[in-house]
Formats: sequence, structure tokens, C-alpha cells
Amino acid sequence: MSVMNQTPKKEFVLAVEGLTVSFDGFKAVNDLSFYVEEDEIRVIIGPNGAGKTTVLDLICGKTKATGGSITFRGKELTKMSEHEIVHAGIGRKFQNPSIYEDLTVFENLEISFPRGHSVLGALAFKRDAEVIAAIQEVADEIFLSEHLNKTAGLLSHGQKQWLEIGMLLIQKPDLLMLDEPVAGMSVAERKQTAELLNRITKGRSVIVIEHDMQFVEDIAHRVTVMHQGKTLSEGSMERVQNDPKVIEVYLGH
Amino acid sequence: MNKFSLGNILPRQDAMYFAVLAVLIVIVLPLSLDIFRLNLVGKYLTYAFVAVGLVLCWGYGGILSLGQGIFFGLGGYCMAMFLKLEASDPESTKIQSTPGIPDFMDWNQLTSLPWFWEPFNSFPFAILAVLVVPTIFAYIIGVAMFKRRVGGVYFAIITQAIASILTILIIGQQGYTGGVNGITDLRTLLGWDIRTDSAKYILYFVNAALLFACLFVAQYVRKSKLGRILLAMREREDRVRFSGYDVSNFKIFVFCIGATFSAIGGAMFTLQVGFMSPSFVGIVPSIEMVIFCAVGGRMSIIGAVYGTLIVNWARTTFSESFPELWLFAMGALFIAVVMVLPNGLAGLYKNYVEPRLVLLGGKLKQQWASRTTPVSVSGGQE
Repeated sequence: MSVMNQTPKKEFVLAVEGLTVSFDGFKAVNDLSFYVEEDEIRVIIGPNGAGKTTVLDLICGKTKATGGSITFRGKELTKMSEHEIVHAGIGRKFQNPSIYEDLTVFENLEISFPRGHSVLGALAFKRDAEVIAAIQEVADEIFLSEHLNKTAGLLSHGQKQWLEIGMLLIQKPDLLMLDEPVAGMSVAERKQTAELLNRITKGRSVIVIEHDMQFVEDIAHRVTVMHQGKTLSEGSMERVQNDPKVIEVYLGH
Repeated sequence: MNKFSLGNILPRQDAMYFAVLAVLIVIVLPLSLDIFRLNLVGKYLTYAFVAVGLVLCWGYGGILSLGQGIFFGLGGYCMAMFLKLEASDPESTKIQSTPGIPDFMDWNQLTSLPWFWEPFNSFPFAILAVLVVPTIFAYIIGVAMFKRRVGGVYFAIITQAIASILTILIIGQQGYTGGVNGITDLRTLLGWDIRTDSAKYILYFVNAALLFACLFVAQYVRKSKLGRILLAMREREDRVRFSGYDVSNFKIFVFCIGATFSAIGGAMFTLQVGFMSPSFVGIVPSIEMVIFCAVGGRMSIIGAVYGTLIVNWARTTFSESFPELWLFAMGALFIAVVMVLPNGLAGLYKNYVEPRLVLLGGKLKQQWASRTTPVSVSGGQE
């Protein structure tokens, strides 16, 4: 702890310190600390129920912390509401593709475009060239430029995952949090997604939760292993894979 | 690129629906009905304001309010208070023990006008109150509920409870509100007798104009990004929140719009029917209005108007012959619509009638084309 306190916080985009949340006495996340650096891709792995998704919920404000702090570029997030956290520059993708199935791909992206977020702003919102250009650009990136007018509910599972990633990209977040971005994807789609992530993570920090170890190896800079709400191990993929504690948790079950 | 532009607020097809409805309300009905029946239609159309508001609230926003009668009633009462004060001038109330106050106050031993009645001597204030009082009330309910993330069935039940409370309050405070009889015996609006046939005609058309004004506002909201956010919210509230929107503000907004529409309807009801009573505030009318909206189609603002007209026409027809069966019929209708036709009559039209019309239109065009071509060819030969 003392070593951590000496390092200046400014290098970190995100600092999670002593984070705890308890649901009726059960500590889903227990005194968790970790730090994400500028332009880092951090992957969080761990067995089911380790508290991975809860950590993302806590960072994006979906769940309120019982104790500890989360600072993002010097701002304390635990006191902020969800939309304020988004405006601070954090985007989050959910585990199951969370898109608006009744709207078209274009409209899905348009709603995520960072303008006209107040009631009056939304009433006065104009679909101008800037918006259209931004949507085209993101659609190209997420392989959906051919499907802009398609109702999002008709997309394949993998395409829905990409669309949600696209909805985050158009917000231009500084920190991107992805919860199992390749779950349920075909091998070809996984490859495309890894490529996509490697492209879009330039110039921003990313936290990914993933079970697919091959995928983790492909993208991770550093890996945090969680177990029972705590950090079990942290470091490069190689180091983590050889950590006896990690081996025990994964193989001991 | 062009296909992405919003175009105008009223695409050609929607414009056609508006036009058909306008022809029906402004031309066909006034020409084909006597003033008694037309006045009834005018009354039904005041409910349509509520139904249109419910399309935005419930259909788009996913907020089911079972208490729209609250706002209909508040709007109606604000108008009725003004009209009642005008009808209670000292001259026409000189037999009362306190002349110059509304008759029901006198019966309840009130000796002076209560303070909150005073401003309703002014017509501009009354008009403002019609619009503002229900909207502020909706805003307070909205903030209290939506900021705490109360939604769905809980919200529906709470609105119903509020409607019930308001009815009890109105009935209980007889001296201030006219009690269960409501505010009756309304005669003139700024000296203009509203009970004559010509006044009824004029009020019918004013009502129609206001309804179309509300329909245009609703159409604008639907077609704006806000309309799409409402749809998105109904489906995935969390996603909208994590796209950076304060979801509660949008819910409050759409709930307030619904309340304002209802209030305008309520005020026009008072003017056209000549009284206002708690029986238009409570649970039953509130649920009936949801049924009008459901029958018409909760995603269609135009459908909601047709739904209101049809259900009310049916009510008048059936309840004249089988008064005790009507409520059951209404309940059955609601269940049937929800189970079989989730998008109401508008959905029926979209799925079955419109494709056939398009097909028919295509055939006619083809026929016309095949008939004109040979003519021109033969013309060339001659």
C-alpha cells in the first residue's frame, strides 16, 4: 500500500482504492484496489462470481459502493450519477448486447452521439452533416456500414455486440469498459473483434472482462485476476498464468 | 446521404392521415350530425386529448399512467371555476344569504370567496391555470417518482391512488369544490352564452383546432430525437442512462406533456358540456382513457383519436340499450385489444389495410399505364 501511495496518481486514468460493496452482508467486492494507466488495456479475469461485473457496475455508477473510492482523472466517481460518469468520459458495454432493437442501426448510433442530451437538446436535435459523418465513420469501423437502415433487432448476435461497441465509440470515451465482448461470437467474428479492439483502443484506456484466454492473450497489456471480490494476482499474462495462486483457483474447482 | 436527413416533421404519409382526420372532424361530422350529436362528438374529442398524451407517455415512453383523469379534471375545474364565478354575479345570486359567491358555497354556509378562488375572476389567469396547474402537479409527481426510479406497475398504481385521493378530496370539500355534484350551471364565457347552438358549433371547432395543435406537438415530439430516446428508454433504460442521458428528466417531460394535453381537453370539456364533476377525475375515467388509447393504438397519435371516437360512440349506442352491460363490454374490449391487437386499430390498419391499399394503388397505376401507352402509340400511327 505504501508503495502505491508514493506513486503520483496523475499517471493513472483510473484509480480504484479500497473499493467495497456489500449486498445484505455479502461482500461482492471486498477492499479491491487497482490502477489503470493511460492507453492501457487491462483485462479482468476470474471464476464466476468473483465480482468482475460488479466492479464495472461500481465504476459506471450502476451500483453504489459501500466503501472506498474510484477516481477517474481526479474526479471521484462514487458520488456521481450514471449520466455524469458518462459525460466524464467513461463508456460501458454490457454483457448481453444491450441495443435498441426497435430502432435502426443508424438511430442506435445517433442516440449515442454526444450531443443533445438534455430534454430541450433532444427536442432541438438536428441530424446534420457532422452527425451523419460521425455515424458513417463508426459504422465503417464496426463493420456495419451496409446495415445502417436495418432494424437493430434483425442483426446477428455478433453484429449486435459490434453495434454496442460502436455506440460507445461514438461517445469518444477516454475509458472503455467491455463486459465479455466476444461472448457468443463465432471464431471469425472473434478475430474481427480482436482486430477491432486493437484498432479502437489507440489513445484510450480499456478495461475488458473476458473468459476466452486466447482472446485475453491477444489483447491484454496487463491482467488482473479476481477471486471472491479481491485481487488474486496482477501483472502480465505470462506472470499471471504461472502464479500458483491463480492455478489453484482455476484448477482447484 | 439524403435518406438520413430528418426531412420535415410531417412525412407525406403522416400528412395524409392528418388530412383524413381533419376532413372527418371539420367537414364530415359537422355536416352529417345535428348539433346535439355533434356536441357529443365534441365531448368525446376532449377525451382524445388525453389519449394522444397517453400515446406519448405510455406508447412511446412506456409510462402507464392510470391517473390521467387527475389532469383532465384539474384543467376542467380551473375552467369551471372561472365560468362559475362569472355566473355568480351579485345580480343573479341575490336570493342567496351571501350574494356574489357560487351557489354551492352559499349552501355550505361559506360567507366569502375562498382565497384560492379569488384569482379565477380573471380570464387570463384561468387560462394560464388550466395549462400550468396540472402541468406543475404532473411535474411534482414526476420528480417524486422518476427521480427515485419508481416505474412500471408501481407508477400505475400510485397514479391511480392519486386520482382516487383527488376525487375524495373534491367530494369531501363540498363548500370549496361543489362536492359530488361538481361545478354546475355554467352559463357564459366573458358574457358570451355558451349554451346556445351557435356557441356549441364554435366551441366544437375551437376544440378541433386545439386538438390538432396538440397532435402537431405530439407529432413533433415523436419525430424528434426525443421520440426515439423515449422508444429506446422503453426498451433499455440502462443503456440510455449509460449513453449519458438523465432518463428521469425525459420521463418527467413526457408525463408533463401528457398532463398539459389532458388539461386542455378537460377545459374544453367544461366549456362544451357546461359542467365539471369529480366523476371525470377518478379511477374509472382514468382507466377508460387508457382503453381509448389502447383501442386506437398506443403507438399512433391519430389512432388514439379514432379509438376515442369509436369506443365512445359504441358506449353511447350500447349504453342506451344495455346500460348495465356496458362496463363488462368495455373490460372485455380492453382485454381483447391487449391480447389480440397490441397495437390497436392503428396496428390493424398498418398490417392489413395499408398493404392492400398499396397493392391496389400499384394495380391502378399499372392499369392506367397500360391503357395510356397503346393510345399514344395508336395516336402516333394516325
